[in-house]
Amino acid sequence: MAKTAPIDGGAAADPMVPRPFRIVRRSRELADTFTLELEPEDGAPYAFEPGQFNMLYAFGTGESAISISGDPAGGKLIHTIRAVGSVTDKLQALKKDDRVGVRGPFGTAWPVEHARGHDVLIIAGGIGLAPLRPAILQILANRQNYGKVAILYGARTPGDILYRKELEAWRGRFDTYVDVIVDRADAGWNGKVGVVPKLIDLAAFSPEDTLAMVCGPEIMMQFSVQALERAGVASDAIYVSMERNMKCAVGFCGHCQFGGRFVCKDGPVFTHAEVAAHMSVREL
Amino acid sequence: MAIDGLGKILKEHPFFADWGDDYRELLAGCATNHRFEAGEYISREGQPADVFYLIRHGSVALEFPVPGREPVVLETLHEGEVFGWSWMVPPYKWAYDTRATELCRAVSMDATCLRGKCDADPSLGYELFKRFTPIMAERMQAARLRLLDVYGSAR
Amino acid sequence: MARLRLEIDRLSDFLESLGAEGREVIGPKVVDDAIVYAPITGVEDLPKGIVDEQAPGRYRLNDTGGDALFDHVVGPHAWKRYLYPPEHRLCSMVASADGFTVEAEPQQAPARVFFGVRACDLAAIHVLDKVFDNGDFADTGYNARRRASLIVAVNCGRAGGTCFCASMNTGPKAEAGYDIAMTEVPHGGYFVVEAGSPEGAALLGPLGLVEAAPAEIDAADARVAEAAQSMVREMIPDAADVLRRNLDSPHWDKIAERCLNCANCTMACPTCFCTTVEDTTDLSGEHAERWRKWNSCFTIDFSYMHGGSLRRSGGARYRQWMTHKLAHWHDQFDSSGCVGCGRCIAWCPVGINITEEARVFEHLEQGANHDGD
Repeated sequence: MAKTAPIDGGAAADPMVPRPFRIVRRSRELADTFTLELEPEDGAPYAFEPGQFNMLYAFGTGESAISISGDPAGGKLIHTIRAVGSVTDKLQALKKDDRVGVRGPFGTAWPVEHARGHDVLIIAGGIGLAPLRPAILQILANRQNYGKVAILYGARTPGDILYRKELEAWRGRFDTYVDVIVDRADAGWNGKVGVVPKLIDLAAFSPEDTLAMVCGPEIMMQFSVQALERAGVASDAIYVSMERNMKCAVGFCGHCQFGGRFVCKDGPVFTHAEVAAHMSVREL
Repeated sequence: MAIDGLGKILKEHPFFADWGDDYRELLAGCATNHRFEAGEYISREGQPADVFYLIRHGSVALEFPVPGREPVVLETLHEGEVFGWSWMVPPYKWAYDTRATELCRAVSMDATCLRGKCDADPSLGYELFKRFTPIMAERMQAARLRLLDVYGSAR
Repeated sequence: MARLRLEIDRLSDFLESLGAEGREVIGPKVVDDAIVYAPITGVEDLPKGIVDEQAPGRYRLNDTGGDALFDHVVGPHAWKRYLYPPEHRLCSMVASADGFTVEAEPQQAPARVFFGVRACDLAAIHVLDKVFDNGDFADTGYNARRRASLIVAVNCGRAGGTCFCASMNTGPKAEAGYDIAMTEVPHGGYFVVEAGSPEGAALLGPLGLVEAAPAEIDAADARVAEAAQSMVREMIPDAADVLRRNLDSPHWDKIAERCLNCANCTMACPTCFCTTVEDTTDLSGEHAERWRKWNSCFTIDFSYMHGGSLRRSGGARYRQWMTHKLAHWHDQFDSSGCVGCGRCIAWCPVGINITEEARVFEHLEQGANHDGD
């Protein structure tokens, strides 16, 4: 799995000290989800690989590991964040021009290069679309290098569909298959109702030549992997993004360990083959 | 439509794809072709369930009518899928509404006809139930998965 | 390097030269009925004649009235507290009109000598070296303190009641990585010492020590060999594989019936490195600090993610500690995380013994394999 050295973690910088970044733009995505565009004090572009994350620091409250969801080619640092705890609540309360501490980028990347020449299935659930967005943008910017590209997305209700306009735009391209399903809906929704594995069953792709990238709640990823394997996709062609408690993101604090892997630096992106045995062990 | 034609249609549908020709021809006798317009109700909760359907084209929403509220869509089913298991389980009444969400072509399999043929040939019954069980298991798993509310807020 | 003879009455000269040029000498000292590592000023601080009695869940000191300075073995302290302090500030932040600014901590790496480092503890330091410079990231504080600390190792002449370094290939003899190594020969009133680095040689040089006689060397080596021979505990050789294969064993829950999740083992262990980061502000809300503190995988919130803790059961947490230490560490750092010092056995209030538990897993597996016979 390709390891990417962080831009910030060079010999000079202490990997544990955050840098203040300014919020240049802030927007609301869903009721509990918002997006921040951040810029460093020196205005330098931010380089990262799709799938990587930063530790974002809210002054006085703490840090949270948040995937980067911007365009890797854009140089801008963009994070879509769901407010689920004290740090993300604090980040949600910040306004334009407030400062956020940033450490990173950390972690392994989605196999966007490796997928060239193959069919690609992007499978996301809930907030899991945010860490996959940089991979989607990179793939669509180089669309001619890939076979069939399909984006399959599951959300709780139609009102919880993240990046809805973008999904519609991606679908509107004639070269990309996009399908969305929700857990529950009322009759006002004319789309699919059910679970993400159903989208996998319905999509057309060549399983022996497909690379799948899956991101979402762990249970959703497990069920999606089962559906992919039923369809004939090999375990080492399926990539998942794991999540664990993180305090340092550099392999020193020990919190993110998952069967010996440090999710912060050996992951968060893993092939399913690498983690399959441990994913089925309770409370590991 | 001629029985021959229906036999061919059944062969094209994934549910019948791996059946032998003889069983398929036998069952074609219970089949009827249908067309449903967008918004048309195919079944109603509580009504006698004497068919199951194979969707050839289009989509169907499984709904539950809730007094005082918009009906809740429980699941949508699509081309190549099957719906209606209430014909297998007494008292043979539909457990939910089904509504075509777009123009839909489906083949119905008549339950009385099927039950008759299964009584006459239990091995046919076994084949039918053997294929229905995984479908029902998948529906139940999907329902349980949604019950877990994996995308829900943690607070 | 030549093996030299240091008379017991020259030990104070030696300690003085160690403490020259502003170096702080940290060594074994009796405090509160335990031998800890604390600053020492002279030979009189050393635990002369003190021998420890260690067993699962038991630690006692006895004064034998003898002359040996190092017949005790390791106590509740490990050298990690001087390389990787229990609490230290990472950085401070000050609120400003624009947001906040960050001030990094000035590096605190006082010149020190670790006096009396046992082979197991030396191995532990080497284990931590790989943790804190893992190829991707380096902990600046740990590495600065490491460079600023000289190591005077002591080869054990006696095996403690919970020691199992011999089976872990980490002792009782210190092989490499020290500046100076010493072996005490109490009945002869001398030490056999040798330099292990240019810095060590530079410290020994001015003392003008003579080379030890072959018989003296033999006497020293015999003590160490005797310590190895008399070790009663041992870790099974393939603990890593046994544990990897038995993650689903019901025995983890059995251990959890005894384990109090008190985290003593992780605090006493010389290689446990887990920490947490705590954020504080002052009352004005203008100043914030980030502190790194020792933490333990036994705490319920160690594995907390939005929603709840991943490792809720005691069995899962005990499994995390033991499998990390004995199995997964190999995948992470190419060595075992355990150095056989025996502290976790002595300092466990209920006396859980990982050498015994490893054996139980092996035994259960063999029993299950024979069930089909």
